[in-house]
Amino acid sequence: MNTNYHIKSYCSIKNNQVSLNGSVVYKDEEESFSSFIKAAYKDQNTKYPKFFKMDKLSKLAFLAADVLLKNENLSSEEENNIAIVFSNKASSLDTDRKHQESIQNKESYFPSPAVFVYTLPNICIGEISIKYKLYSENSFFIFENFNATHLLTYSNSLLSSNKADQVLCGWVEFDGEDNYEAFLYLVSAEGTITNSKQDIIKLYNT
Amino acid sequence: MDALKQELKENLIEQLNLEDMTIADIADDDMLFGDGLGLDSIDALELIVMLDKSYGIKLTDPKEGRSIFESINTMAAYITENRSK
Repeated sequence: MNTNYHIKSYCSIKNNQVSLNGSVVYKDEEESFSSFIKAAYKDQNTKYPKFFKMDKLSKLAFLAADVLLKNENLSSEEENNIAIVFSNKASSLDTDRKHQESIQNKESYFPSPAVFVYTLPNICIGEISIKYKLYSENSFFIFENFNATHLLTYSNSLLSSNKADQVLCGWVEFDGEDNYEAFLYLVSAEGTITNSKQDIIKLYNT
Repeated sequence: MDALKQELKENLIEQLNLEDMTIADIADDDMLFGDGLGLDSIDALELIVMLDKSYGIKLTDPKEGRSIFESINTMAAYITENRSK
């Protein structure tokens, strides 16, 4: 298997802060997650009204991907063959709970279609794919903890078998307003950081 | 009827997360779908739930929604005639 792949860029969102390649691009210490993610999105000036309809996991994943991919100056004319491999621990639990609450009481049984459509974690991959017109391979894995080995093996496999030109991978976790974290990185033939377990863990922990 | 139209616009913005819109942006005869407000199929399902939850109206045939949800005017007229709460 080719091990000459590199991490071209990376983005993290945690503790009310958005960072791209190690530099803070947005920070707001006062806000709740909902206020923070909205303000961070507006700061990006993306102009994509569907963002406001997304659940919190999708907003988190979408914003991290948007910050990262916007920086890549992707061609809007040609198809970008970027695979997506995401992972987390809580799956879509935050939205699952919200849906469950809406069907808890038989006397007031009004499940929301707009909530229900987000009761799967990989919907956030769909949101990113729609925005960036990606018709590529994608997977969402559930792990107890951040699993650098799996992301490394899977991204290398996709690239060496020519299933994708680049792979956007990482960890997107949302399990309550105080428990969220996104760490996405783009694996490619280009870049200066080796796509290795050590480097992935190092970036994840920064 | 005017109060109902105002209420519908408020509900639309809140229930459908039309974040960048205000009541003043929605005219009574604006098309809600297509080239108007640009609502989608999930929004249509949300409107069906809203009719049931807020006004006690159960749509037995979802195809009815096409004419009912054409605009604020058509929604208000249908609700006035059929509401049970």
